[in-house]
Order: sequence, then structure tokens, then C-alpha cells
Amino acid sequence: MKQPLDYLHETPSQTAGPYVHIGCTPNFSGIEGVFAEDPGSRMVNDETLGERITIRGSVYDGTDTVLRDALIEIWQADAAGLYLSPQETRGQADPNFCGWGRSPGDMEHGEFSFETVRPGAVPYPDGRLQAPHITFWIVARGINIGLHTRMYFDDEEAANASDPLLARIEHRQRVETLIAKRDSEGIFRFDIHLQGDYETVFFDM
Amino acid sequence: MTSENKARGGYIQRDRGWHPPAYAPTYKTSITRSPQKPLLSLSTTLSEETGPVFDDSILGPRDNDLLHNYAADGASAIGPRIVVYGQVCEQSGRGVPGALVEVWQANAGGRYRHKKESYLAPLDPNFGGCGRCLTDAQGNYEFRSVLPGAYPWPNGVNDWRPSHIHFSVFGQSFAQRLITQMYFEGDPLIWKCPIVNSIPSQEAIENLIARLDMNATIPMDSLAYRFDITLRGRRQTYFENRREGL
Repeated sequence: MKQPLDYLHETPSQTAGPYVHIGCTPNFSGIEGVFAEDPGSRMVNDETLGERITIRGSVYDGTDTVLRDALIEIWQADAAGLYLSPQETRGQADPNFCGWGRSPGDMEHGEFSFETVRPGAVPYPDGRLQAPHITFWIVARGINIGLHTRMYFDDEEAANASDPLLARIEHRQRVETLIAKRDSEGIFRFDIHLQGDYETVFFDM
Repeated sequence: MTSENKARGGYIQRDRGWHPPAYAPTYKTSITRSPQKPLLSLSTTLSEETGPVFDDSILGPRDNDLLHNYAADGASAIGPRIVVYGQVCEQSGRGVPGALVEVWQANAGGRYRHKKESYLAPLDPNFGGCGRCLTDAQGNYEFRSVLPGAYPWPNGVNDWRPSHIHFSVFGQSFAQRLITQMYFEGDPLIWKCPIVNSIPSQEAIENLIARLDMNATIPMDSLAYRFDITLRGRRQTYFENRREGL
């Protein structure tokens, strides 16, 4: 008999369902007194280094209807481009910035919101610098496996143009779906489209 | 090279044929919420190979005790009492310490404590339905609760969810992020559920069915179910982190 190759299967994903907020943001869903605060609801404090930014957006389904039951998580480097993670070996990240945020989206309008800092650049595995970006993960009723995408910044044109990951997108007009646009109030808008002409580029990474 | 270098390979690609596809038309909501263009498959980068760290300081003493964490003093939730436990490991079989496991569920009557929930089964004033814990040094987790009830849901006119508990799991990197549902051994509704059946194979579905474990029960108190969770693993190779052109 041949030697066995014993890798386990990953546990299969299932939809987060319509009540994901009970478990992930219970205070938001009206279940108070169990957790002191909803995890991921506060990303920065007074000591956090870097430029404060606000990101807002909505998730649209294939009929252009806004999802009102999604849960959005983000993960990003600090202002110096370092992740606050044991896997980060390039230096010590800002201890006042955990880099992870979670937003349930407004129950009435579905808009998610993050108060964070602008991330620094992080290298690609081959050493080239990537454009500053924020990782997004979207779950909801009807989404069978969490959707992974990235947000880039519209005022980082040169970095975006030389980004090794964005360069891998074959249909160039779709790169735009990953670029947040700063509005007149200084807020970065990043809408996510699950289907249609403006379908966001999602990653299998 | 050191073993530390060796441990830093990228993550094994997800087996998309094992997971449910985004588009699973018998689960109707997936029809308009599933991407239709191909996902862009790329090796992981530092942005996916890192992830948030959680420590005990966020946890309260009853966070993993759903019988009591919403109950009035001296009271507990109504329903069959259960312990749910298991190990979080990577595809290599190695346990994942410090993994945040979040759970949520309906009460024993099949009713969620949620504004948008309209099922006629009553709320239990002593049951909130959420809990969480961190895995120990070997990757083990444990919580106690009540057996959630089955409930009807609008998909077909007579579709019922089997008893289930929702799980959200963080490993050591964002690439491992997973949300899933746990089912209970012997429940005939499992095989009739359009959400369960969005998973392509029986073998994969069985991966989500917790086993009754009579050796882990608390006599005269609670039954016990074991549910192990496997997160994506890292490739183990010296040759992965080449600089460009090498």
C-alpha cells in the first residue's frame, strides 16, 4: 500500500443566515448585557497613529437591492504598513490599532461604516510593494461561503497602477470595482455589488 | 533555513468543490446574492496570512454558558441541556490555540431573539442565544446551551431548518475565516434542508454533524455533542518565499 497523505478537509462553509448579528454583534441586535461590547466595533483610540479615515458603503444584490442583513469585516495594516499579528515578522505594529473591524450595516438602510486609519503599503510575496489596501469579508443570508475582496484608494493612482495583484485582473474595467472614491465630505465610499455589470471582483485566496 | 521559515508557506487553496457553491438555486436567496463572474484565484499574501488576535480580556465569565449568560439570577434557559465541545485544528491536524469561536442559535422552541424574527414559538426570557470562547493551547473549545428547536422558514412553502448552531471561527489568519453551522446526529430534517443540501457531497455534509458523546455528558445534567472544526492549513515548504526572479 502507498503511504497515506493525510490532510483533513476544511470544514464546509454554511451561510451566516439572517440572524448573524445575534452571534457577532449582539448589542447591535438588541441582546444587551451578554458581551460588554460588540467585537470589532472600535478600531482606533486616541493614541492610534496615522490619518483617520471613514469608510462607508452598501452591499447590493443582483436586483440592485441593498442587503440589510449582511455582516462586513475588514482587516488591514497600520499606518506604517504593519499587521498586528503574530505572523508579522517585519516589525512591531502600532499596539493601539488592532487592524480588524466588524460592521453589521445599518438595519434600516444597510450601510456599513468603519472609523479607521489609512493603511501603509505591504509587500507582495515576491517583495514588490502592494498598493495600500484593506481586506473585506462579506457574509449574509444567501451567501453560502464568505466573499473576500479588497478595497483600494482612488487617491493612490500611481501605487494602484503598479500593484502586482490588481495587475492580475484580466478585465481591466473591473479594477474600478475595487477602488473606493472619496466623496465631498472626505468619506471613502466603497459599494459592493454581488452581481451585475458592476460585480465586484472577489478573490479565491 | 530554519523551521520558522518552513512554517511560513502560503495557505492551501480552498477546495471549492467541497464547499457549497455560491449559486445554489434550491436555496432561493442565493440566486441574487451569488457572484456570477469567476473568482480571481491567487496565492495568499501577508494580508491574508495575518489576522486579528483575541485574548481572554474580552471574555466574561459566562460567555460560553448560554444556559445562564442571559438568564435572571438563579434562572436558566428552558430546554434539553447540552454541552458542545470539540477541537479546532488545521488541515494538517495540528490544533489551533487562541481561536475565537462565536456561536448563535434559536431557543429550544426554534425561535431567535431578533427583531426580524416572526415565528410563533415564544421567546424564552432567560435565553439570549449567543456565546463565545477561545480555544485552549491544544485548540479545544467548549460551551453549554440548550438543544435548539427546528423551525420553518420561507423558501419553499414547507421548508424546515434542522436543529443547528451557527459557528463563526477565527484562526491565526484572515485566510482561515469561516462561518458554518453544526447539526445534530440523528436529525431527519438534515437531509431535507435546502441550505444543508447546498453542500455537494454527503461526506462533506457529515462533516457538519456533531456526534452524541455519552462519555462527555454531565450525568444528571447535560447530554454532550462533539463537533470538531478544521480550518485551512499552510503549505509546508522551504521553497515558497522566493524573491522575484529567483
